[in-house]
Amino acid sequence: MHRRKFLSLLGGAGLASAMGVTKSQAASGHSFNGYPDAMGVLHDSTRCIGCRKCEEACYQVNDLPKPEKEFKDLTVLDTKRRTDAKTYTVVNKYNTAGLEHPIFRKQQCNHCMEPACASACFVKAFTKNSDGSVTYNGDLCVGCRYCMIACPFSVPTFEYDDAFDPLIQKCTMCHPRIQEGKLPGCVEICPKEALTFGRREDLLGIARDRIRKYPDRYVKHIYGEHEAGGTNWLYLSGVPHTELGQIEVGKTSAPELTSGALGAVPMVVGIWPVLLTGAYAISKRKEKIAQEEKAEAVRATRESAQEEAEAALKAAMDKATKDKAAAVEREVKKAVAEAEKAFEEKLAAAQAPAGEADTGAGESPEEEA
Amino acid sequence: MSSNQKSFWTPGNILTAFILAGGLVLTVLRFTQGIGAVTNLDDNNPWGVWIGFDLLCGVALAAGGYVTSASCYLFGLKKYHSAVRPAITTAFLGYFFVVIALLYDLGHPWRLPYPLVWSQGTTSLLFEVGLCVATYVTVLFVEWSPAALEWLGFRKIRNFVIKLTLPLTILGVVLSTMHQSSLGALFVIAPGKLHPLWYSSFLPVFFFMSSMVAGASMVIFEGALTHKGLHHKMDKTHLEEAEGVAFGMAKAASFILLGYFFIKMFDITMDNDWHYLATGYGALFMVEMLGFVALPAFLYALGVREKNLTMVRVASVFGVLGIVFNRFNVSMLAFNWQLPASERYFPHWMEIGISIFIVTLIVTTYRFIATKMPVLYEHPEYKDAH
Repeated sequence: MHRRKFLSLLGGAGLASAMGVTKSQAASGHSFNGYPDAMGVLHDSTRCIGCRKCEEACYQVNDLPKPEKEFKDLTVLDTKRRTDAKTYTVVNKYNTAGLEHPIFRKQQCNHCMEPACASACFVKAFTKNSDGSVTYNGDLCVGCRYCMIACPFSVPTFEYDDAFDPLIQKCTMCHPRIQEGKLPGCVEICPKEALTFGRREDLLGIARDRIRKYPDRYVKHIYGEHEAGGTNWLYLSGVPHTELGQIEVGKTSAPELTSGALGAVPMVVGIWPVLLTGAYAISKRKEKIAQEEKAEAVRATRESAQEEAEAALKAAMDKATKDKAAAVEREVKKAVAEAEKAFEEKLAAAQAPAGEADTGAGESPEEEA
Repeated sequence: MSSNQKSFWTPGNILTAFILAGGLVLTVLRFTQGIGAVTNLDDNNPWGVWIGFDLLCGVALAAGGYVTSASCYLFGLKKYHSAVRPAITTAFLGYFFVVIALLYDLGHPWRLPYPLVWSQGTTSLLFEVGLCVATYVTVLFVEWSPAALEWLGFRKIRNFVIKLTLPLTILGVVLSTMHQSSLGALFVIAPGKLHPLWYSSFLPVFFFMSSMVAGASMVIFEGALTHKGLHHKMDKTHLEEAEGVAFGMAKAASFILLGYFFIKMFDITMDNDWHYLATGYGALFMVEMLGFVALPAFLYALGVREKNLTMVRVASVFGVLGIVFNRFNVSMLAFNWQLPASERYFPHWMEIGISIFIVTLIVTTYRFIATKMPVLYEHPEYKDAH
């Protein structure tokens, strides 16, 4: 084989296998690294002072109902809060051992690169936009709340108190504002630059720079770089992220988690009918064989019974024939004897005057028979 | 019952009427005041007993339909024939009321057909569940319809439907395999929320295997119940075959439970979760594995060997409770296990009230069908069903 031909064949094989890999990776979500120009926000909890300005901006931008307590009231921070249908973002205060001052962390939707909510939604109500945001369309939503089960960060919230049009609510990363070229409300208002908006790629660079420049100030972990397959919100912290209520969620994205189960579907649809029809055919065949065997056994029994009956009949017939022959013979002999006797009687009557010698002569023919 | 007005108001019927009336009140509350008004669900706990019991247990316990019809028609176990109609009837009612119950839990119940006809979220395992359940409830309706058609005397349609038995049975098994396993697969997306002793990438396999046990156990359990309440409705064949059906199902359930026990052990070993057994959740897990898997497996085996119907029936109670326990563990008790106790979910009494209402509806409808239609006996004019 020519060397060039061999190489091109090899290349072809390589291409084919590469395509195969791409295909299977697409199915399992391996190959998706996010939209190249997707934006994100970097939250640096070492800079956050817990002023709740971001909460207020979010409320204004999104036209949310006014909370019971003023945004200025910082006593709110004393109790742990989570986002709900009327609050897209909250700041929580964490007192960690060995530190004199508390640490504040902002919570909102992390805008996963491969969102679990979008992957879990059975009506495609969630969209991962090319700007990095994950948005929701309430006109499609059935209200099953599987997105809330699926979200590793427990972000989506639901309007439980609305009887007629309850919807999922969550941070939109200010998608409409980004489209207009504006900053997300929370980022714009933050007085301490604890929030930085930019391309996710750039934000990762900024975060790595900060860790490198101030190794004592940060733990060497950018929360969101790999979590749940990567998120567009990224976090820097001076203490382990778990101490700020950021749970370990693993690096696997939602589509990758479920690809195995989804991939089994066509196999079940394809293989089961074949196997089951086979099982049916086998049981039918078994039944048929059993029936045939039964019929055969019946036939054999019947045949042997018939043979026996015929033999018996034949024997009976033979016996009957024999008996009949014997009877005929007997009758013939009887008739002959009677005829002889009658003849002798006649003879005797004719010879009667000759005297009494007839009795002796009459006995002799009977002895002969 | 209806012919004798005096005997209609039996204690059982009074209780039924009471529950149905209460359920109607709760239904009005739910659909006028919202989900929040009648449940303890919140943003951390979006799924409660309506999903954990009505959907997950409902679908598993209705598995008797595919288990029995597949045994009889596909695997040629003709001695189960008299058990097929009661099982299909229960399965159909089970699935039908699963859909009804689901309407209570959905924010926009009238949009339930959306995933089928409007916007298909094919990456979702819930889409698969929805598609399969919708198709299967239709299949079960057709499979069940001969009972109603014989009762109504529509001979031609009935004879046509009977001819569909084989393809429908195969379709039923395919659909059941998919959605029974997908119900488990729903939780595969949440490794951070479900306790490691229950979380597994094999959840679909666990759910499918245990659904077979659930189906077999329910056939035995319901058999015992209907023998008490509807004995007079059963024909000679049904009564003669009933014991054999119970023992056959018990034997199968025993084997499957044993296999299930071992693959669960393999799973714990593969993920090296043994150290969790020393925790509170470990104790819960041990109760499930020993009390509701190993014990019924043993009781079923012993009952079959000793030809002891009572023991088999006791085992079936453990089998049924075991499925309920397992589904509760996966969807509620071991779900959100890392949340502090104050943020955990406990059902509101009205949630439980709705579930009781739905179960009562199923039992009442079954009693109606079994008294009027040829389910527990063969219709004298249609003896060819074998």
